[in-house]
Amino acid sequence: MGEPVDSKVQAFVARSLGLYGQAPEYLLQHLIAVQQQFGWVPPTAVDALAAALDVAHAQVRGAVAFYAFLHDQPRGDFDILFSDNITDRMLGNQRLVGLLAERLGLGLDAPRADGRVTIGLTSCTGMCDQGPALLVNGQAVTALTAARVDRIADLVEEGVPLERWPGAFFRVEDNIRRRGLLLSNPATDGASLRRLLDGGADAALAELERSGLRGRGGAGFTTALKWRFCREAEGGDRTVPRFVVCNADEGEPGTFKDRVLLTSYTDLVFEGMTLCAGVIGARLGFLYLRGEYRYLVPHLESVLARRRAEGLLGKDILGQQGFDFDIAIHLGAGAYICGEESALIESLEGKRGVTRKRPPFPVISGYQDRPTVVNNVETFLAAARVVQWGGYWLRGEGTDQSAGSKILSVSGDCARPGIYEYPFGTPVHRVLTDCGAEEVQAVQVSGAAGTTLAPAEFDRLLAFEDLPTAGSFMIFDRSRDLLDLVRNFAAFFAHESCGFCTPCRVGTALLRNLVEKVAAGQASAHDLQELRDIGAVMRQTSYCGLGHTAPNHVLNTLDKFPAIYRRRLRSADYSPSFDLDAALASARALTGRDGVADHVEEEA
Amino acid sequence: MLSREVSDVSAKPRVATASLCGCFGCHTSLLDIDERILQLVDLVDFDRSPLTDIKTVGDCDLGLIEGGVANTENLEVLRAFRRHCRTLVAVGACAVNGGVPAMRNALALRECLEESYVRGVGVYHPGIPRDPEIPLLLDRVHPIHEVVKVDYVLPGCPPSADTLWTFLTAWLSGQPIAFPYTQIHYD
Amino acid sequence: MSTTLSLDGRPIPFTPGQTIMDAALAAGIYIPHLCHNPDYAPHGSCRVCMVGVGGRLVSACTTAALDGMTVESNTETIQSTRRSIVQMLFVEGNHVCPACERSGSCQLQAVAYYVGMLSPHFPQFFPQRPVDASHPDFMIDFNRCILCELCVRASRDHDHKRVFAVSGRGLASHLVIDSPSGLLGDSHFAASDRAAQVCPTGAILPKHRGYEQPIGQRLYDQAPISVVGDLRAQPGGE
Ligand SMILES: Cc1cc2nc3c(=O)[nH]c(=O)nc-3n(C[C@H](O)[C@H](O)[C@H](O)COP(=O)(O)O)c2cc1C
Ligand code: SF4
Ligand code: SF4
Ligand code: SF4
Ligand code: FES
Repeated sequence: MGEPVDSKVQAFVARSLGLYGQAPEYLLQHLIAVQQQFGWVPPTAVDALAAALDVAHAQVRGAVAFYAFLHDQPRGDFDILFSDNITDRMLGNQRLVGLLAERLGLGLDAPRADGRVTIGLTSCTGMCDQGPALLVNGQAVTALTAARVDRIADLVEEGVPLERWPGAFFRVEDNIRRRGLLLSNPATDGASLRRLLDGGADAALAELERSGLRGRGGAGFTTALKWRFCREAEGGDRTVPRFVVCNADEGEPGTFKDRVLLTSYTDLVFEGMTLCAGVIGARLGFLYLRGEYRYLVPHLESVLARRRAEGLLGKDILGQQGFDFDIAIHLGAGAYICGEESALIESLEGKRGVTRKRPPFPVISGYQDRPTVVNNVETFLAAARVVQWGGYWLRGEGTDQSAGSKILSVSGDCARPGIYEYPFGTPVHRVLTDCGAEEVQAVQVSGAAGTTLAPAEFDRLLAFEDLPTAGSFMIFDRSRDLLDLVRNFAAFFAHESCGFCTPCRVGTALLRNLVEKVAAGQASAHDLQELRDIGAVMRQTSYCGLGHTAPNHVLNTLDKFPAIYRRRLRSADYSPSFDLDAALASARALTGRDGVADHVEEEA
Repeated sequence: MLSREVSDVSAKPRVATASLCGCFGCHTSLLDIDERILQLVDLVDFDRSPLTDIKTVGDCDLGLIEGGVANTENLEVLRAFRRHCRTLVAVGACAVNGGVPAMRNALALRECLEESYVRGVGVYHPGIPRDPEIPLLLDRVHPIHEVVKVDYVLPGCPPSADTLWTFLTAWLSGQPIAFPYTQIHYD
Repeated sequence: MSTTLSLDGRPIPFTPGQTIMDAALAAGIYIPHLCHNPDYAPHGSCRVCMVGVGGRLVSACTTAALDGMTVESNTETIQSTRRSIVQMLFVEGNHVCPACERSGSCQLQAVAYYVGMLSPHFPQFFPQRPVDASHPDFMIDFNRCILCELCVRASRDHDHKRVFAVSGRGLASHLVIDSPSGLLGDSHFAASDRAAQVCPTGAILPKHRGYEQPIGQRLYDQAPISVVGDLRAQPGGE
């Protein structure tokens, strides 16, 4: 976009400050706005924001360097990021990236000389059931084909603004294939809030307790307990502010159910948040929405506005004096770690999304160090229904330790990818049958951080006591090389590690490099042991869940699919850590030498 | 723990040494064992080594490598050592992590060569040498364990004569190798 | 009421609210640590202080001591895990000890000796990192920074200046200086700052001084860090 004139940047920042205010917590939101407007965050904006918000320059720059969607160098007028989850790859995204790059005449990540366009890759954008997908200036484009990519190249060359691109490009389908307890009915009119007002917070909590509802974001903490802790924090002092946060970061590769809930069950999600606010005594809530879903903002804002108009949000909700609560939408900017609740809170406060020390847990010390409930989108929805319809309604389905149902995001090799809701305790093979998966070689349950299952395990049950899952369910048939999965996930974690602690910061990079070494046919048996050893250290010593789970896919596949590694190994028991001959390439170029003696043979 | 495995029990163990991209400091340290060198010569036979002037390495029980891997010659020598030595030891900071020569890794190879042969002070006939006799440089200097399997490591710049002596005597006697605190340092 | 935990079989008294690290330090028992310094809030990032509690590893510097707790520290398994972590720190930066002014009194090096590290084991990343010599009294060699954030905390919490911050993420995380140019010389940093004294490595070094202490007389030349303690434990610090 060229160098924006300083005064223009300053004027824009001033407008943004007018819109969001000067609280340092809004730093990230300002930065996102600047990035959207100018295609990068120019130094003038850094100066203006540091001054206006009274934060250190280094903090502003640190945030820009942390979030993948913020840049301290200009991107193109059209900034195109291809979703690069393994499911996108299986649908051929790499060919499409190559196609577009060729058509537009540029490489990855550097703007074209005329500043028109940049092309890059990004972590899973949550469109796995309708990929390959991309983001153009933050807007999601789905169902890419060669023809669509060709058309995009034309639009970019012609400089057609996004508003005039074909609407079909931006269509995002719900693809709900199986409805259960939660999905069978999207409607609500504030019923759970009325129950709360009639029965009081204790009765609502009792209903939640009875239901056995556990968090749907992965860790499975009992929701009633979380809300009660928060309500009773600070000795129950009602003058201490409390906050409700809906975790809509949905960054786990292969999951997209929260997107569908936010699209078509929006009221129920907001109602669950409002209910929580009523129970814990919060006046402000945040929906932390991953940047990839920014296309949903107008819709979400309109639902919020309608609910305010209906008296379901805002002052004196449902006429109850003092029941005041409102919800603000905060955007993320490309950081998987911000789904981790304490990193999310840091990000809500405008900072780099680095995990906090726990304890204290957010229920005691969260946003602005105040008691805060963080729940997943699906959890809020379920909580609203539990209070509306009673704990037994949920309890009646599922297993002893896993009450109710789970919404799955099914993608990969199957005839009918999309959203499936099952009672907890459903075996994996049932899902495979329903979605039309055949010749299945492996299933990745609960995302890149989850478990790689071999066919012998397909009778295992989706439930906290067996296979806990946040809902990602990716299927790989026998035509796939599972090392592609490993490479994709290893690169994902190396890209997404927040960098705070040593074993994850360095370990994810070591694993990625070793996996690439295997893929290049340059590894030996020794390297497989290294993968195991590094993985074990990461599991045991990392600071947060990201590092604990990042080696899972490597360790699982080493155990269950050793052939994908073995068939590429050198026969030697040890092999160099780098490509010896390639390491001579620059010297060959500089000296013009290219004889036999100027090359090294690999040893057997 | 590594213990000596000697091919022929009656023969003295054979030891080879080489300096790759190092400064011969580690070899000098070996000579620093002073009069103990006489004991050593009694106990082992030296194969290829700057101390013997034998140019190619034969089958050995122990190979001591000083220096990192910076060029094709280093690579060849190192691989020959690995093939011929039952036990291979990285001796000194450069062999262990690249050491001071690896400080060139901060620069691209072109910058290094241009600084030395083109722009450098006192360069009379500027130009990057192309003589095929000169070993080609790797784009970076690497520790030896990044190229071959290393059985034991003696850090130090250089490891002290006592450190080397502790190692050699323990190795010769088949004892577990253990150092007093002051004998392990990285500088 | 007295509260006690057992550390490698030795009973250690502590006061409620203390961490395992606090209790160990008070009892004069060494648990290796790099990002911890009792003058600042626990950080928990280096992971060198891992100890075994109930079959799991936890960081001693951030884990509350509990009455009756059994803590394992000096076992071969735990030392080996710590060694891997220290090796990771070595390969992610550029540590050329022979060319480093801090060598011999460097806490990172001393911890590496303590955990029995002979080599960095992993492939070196050889990152390209700058040296900032813009300040008249101090220099920063980012090649040696291990991101312990002690300078960040000291500058923020003690000097009230916020001179340092961490930027980026993952392996690209790096220390930055808060000044318009990003250089130390343009920041509010002063030689008298506490932040000038806390670095456990040779990343932050005073200028105009070179290799003052002869080899053999440096902090960790004769006895291990488990005996000598941290730099800050020395009279007058640095
Ligand atoms: C690396 C990482 C990423 C996470 N991402 C998400 C996420 O995208 N959405 C989510 O709801 N929870 C995520 N979590 C779990 C949250 O930390 C937290 O447990 C959850 O939001 C609590 O809500 P729940 O009790 O309703 O499940 C993540 C955790 C980790 C460690
Ligand atoms: S494990 Fe450590 S580096 Fe990885 S995301 Fe968590 S805190 Fe950050
Ligand atoms: S900082 Fe410490 S470990 Fe790093 S080079 Fe200097 S002395 Fe060695
Ligand atoms: S400069 Fe020193 S004190 Fe600061 S983060 Fe780096 S290693 Fe720690
Ligand atoms: S000292 Fe405990 S994690 Fe660094």
